[in-house]
Amino acid sequence: MDFDLSEDQRLLKDSVDRLVADQYQFEQRKKYMREPAGYSTAMWNQITELGLLGLPFDETLGGFGGGGVETAIVMDAFGRGLVLEPYFATVILGGGLLRRTAPASMLGEMAPKVAAGKMKLAFAHVERQSRYNLEDVTTTAVKDGGGYVLDGAKSVVIHGDTANRIFVTARIAGQRRARDGIGLFLIDPATPGVVRRGYPTQDGQRAAELTLTKVRVGAADLLSDNALPAIEHVIDEAIAALCAEAVGAMQSMQDLTLEYLKTRKQFGRAIGSFQVLQHRSVDMLVAVEQARSMAMFAAVMAGEENPTERRKAISAAKVQIGRSAKHVGQEAIQLHGGIGMTDEYAVGHYFKRVTMIDQMYGDADTHLAFLAAQGGLFGKVA
Amino acid sequence: MNLNFTPEEIAFRDEARHFFRTAIPASIRAKVAEGEGLTRDDMIEAQRILNARGWCTVNWPVEWGGQDWTPIQVYLYQDEMQQANCPSPIAFNVSMVGPVIAQFGSQAIKERFLPATANADIFWCQGFSEPGSGSDLASLRTKAEKKDGKYVVNGQKTWTTLAQYADWIFCLVRTDPTAKAQEGISFLLIDMKTPGITVRPIVTIDGGREVNEVFFDNVEVPLDNLVGQENKGWDYAKFLLGNERTGIARVGASKAKIGRIKELAALEFSGERPLIESPRFQEKLAAVEVELKALEMTQLRVVSDERKLAKGGQNPASSILKLKGSVIQQQLTDLLMEVVGPYVMPYQRDFEGKNEPVIGPEYATEAAPMYFNYRKVSIYGGSNEIQRNIIAKAILGL
Repeated sequence: MDFDLSEDQRLLKDSVDRLVADQYQFEQRKKYMREPAGYSTAMWNQITELGLLGLPFDETLGGFGGGGVETAIVMDAFGRGLVLEPYFATVILGGGLLRRTAPASMLGEMAPKVAAGKMKLAFAHVERQSRYNLEDVTTTAVKDGGGYVLDGAKSVVIHGDTANRIFVTARIAGQRRARDGIGLFLIDPATPGVVRRGYPTQDGQRAAELTLTKVRVGAADLLSDNALPAIEHVIDEAIAALCAEAVGAMQSMQDLTLEYLKTRKQFGRAIGSFQVLQHRSVDMLVAVEQARSMAMFAAVMAGEENPTERRKAISAAKVQIGRSAKHVGQEAIQLHGGIGMTDEYAVGHYFKRVTMIDQMYGDADTHLAFLAAQGGLFGKVA
Repeated sequence: MNLNFTPEEIAFRDEARHFFRTAIPASIRAKVAEGEGLTRDDMIEAQRILNARGWCTVNWPVEWGGQDWTPIQVYLYQDEMQQANCPSPIAFNVSMVGPVIAQFGSQAIKERFLPATANADIFWCQGFSEPGSGSDLASLRTKAEKKDGKYVVNGQKTWTTLAQYADWIFCLVRTDPTAKAQEGISFLLIDMKTPGITVRPIVTIDGGREVNEVFFDNVEVPLDNLVGQENKGWDYAKFLLGNERTGIARVGASKAKIGRIKELAALEFSGERPLIESPRFQEKLAAVEVELKALEMTQLRVVSDERKLAKGGQNPASSILKLKGSVIQQQLTDLLMEVVGPYVMPYQRDFEGKNEPVIGPEYATEAAPMYFNYRKVSIYGGSNEIQRNIIAKAILGL
């Protein structure tokens, strides 16, 4: 048992931390956001040059075979920078789905392109009625000759507007909420019948609505005709990644707030000298550290192959992150006072990001209900 | 980063698990599980079993009976001990006065007290708090004046836990009334049988008798009962209070409580279904489990860091342990009370030793007293508000 980073992990951390510290100051981020894509193409190239896009892939595919801990290192730094580039959608979701569902030939073709920054990916699974239920799929895939015809609509496809290829879930067989019969397709958004409408999200990132009308795809575009278990594993990895990102954002809120308490003067003294604010800062620290502990737990458990143990651990982490982030975010704004409400100051942007993270892949209450129904985390010692 | 224990650590954990569950009498462990008070004899018996194996004073220097364990081993030892509902060694002996004597005492005082302290041949109590000196401990006024080759002690201590069992008391006393508050205090060992000492019980809200007032009226104490140097007592007290950073979270004990809550909630019915199947109850319990899991990970981070930190260095996460650990312990006593339902109400301590039949299930009798009693854990050892003051200053720099 140890929490030490390996030499390689330390090097990775140093390089991402430096990238964020040097190139992702809040004022720089504002410029990136104003670019046509909603993020910086130059920054995307730098992320590519650092090799971060190959994180989940083997070395033979242009990657470096990173796991949950490496992912957490990158995402924690990206959380501090509020990074806008479609890393999460392309590498964590897209890379994860490729790795877990694509046949070797497709993986061999796609992974090097992803790693080289030439292939941006997205995952379209949310539907109007589905909320957080991955098995609730009404988009249909009907066999037609050698291929399939897809019909349906997908919502809030993270970075779906700039993706070169999009993973889409569609029902091949079974009733609306059946766990079996969910197909995973990889489609080219230029295919006739695909319409996408891009828009900004509350936290300054991008997403898209996707409609599929009689979209013809080939048999080779179907990666799995029973994809739910693989999807669930990828989403668990994605949740672990978001937990790390949220911890980075929470740390920044804590740092900003402390700095403010030490410099802002009222009644002739730094407001951090008031005990009521000191105690609230301590409670923020407690919330951040508890979240950090659970993000580490999630990073390690994301690779667990036993789905029940993995999902319980990931749910527990998402509960903790959701609750900590809400507390830290709300307190960070409150302790700043008026300046915390302004768009030109950073703290509110962190608050918006962690608030959106709570709504991704199940909010704290959803995961608590799942964990509770599974009998909790602690059992009897044998 | 590797969250799995090594094969050696697992072997050690299993050895500890087996030992605590076989060597410590089941009757004593049942009392701990049910929150029933231990007798003086119970505590001494359990401690001697541990001491016979060298597993009592593991954090002491090796030459005085400590173990040269890794921080992970110490963690596993505590976790397994608490999960097995094995009583911890008497804290006043093993976590408090023992380490202070070992660190600051003369060779003579070490030889005189350490073996007896380890084996519970002496039962210690702690004389720190006073009626006017709680959170502001350094304002204490109990004084020790040198007269005819002795100290003469006058004053009053309070909240003295288990003074009614104690053979000796270690006290903070004022030896220099002219010095600054923190600089005139000494650390003095006093035999409870000395003439002039009066112990008076304080009954707590759970009906228990755990704490006492201790009065000193011209109590004569030999000069060589002083630990270390005169007027350095405040430094020793700070060392004492900072000594138990990780055990204080009591994660293992909370795990044991969760196991018990689940067990009992399966026996109690809410409508047609056992309470444990109520989603509302399940979610309340799961919410505490998440906090506890996070605290366990936080504790492991602290433990794993101890190897790397320079002496005196502190991982910011360590400050959380008492704050969070105390609240979790309290939440669990609240849930346990919820489990037993209306049988929380009968107050049955007056029946003790009277051979009256128990009202309601046996496991219900201590639920409310334990809930009431556990309000203390966010007060003692520096209240949670004092902890926040300390963290704000030491960690956040406010």
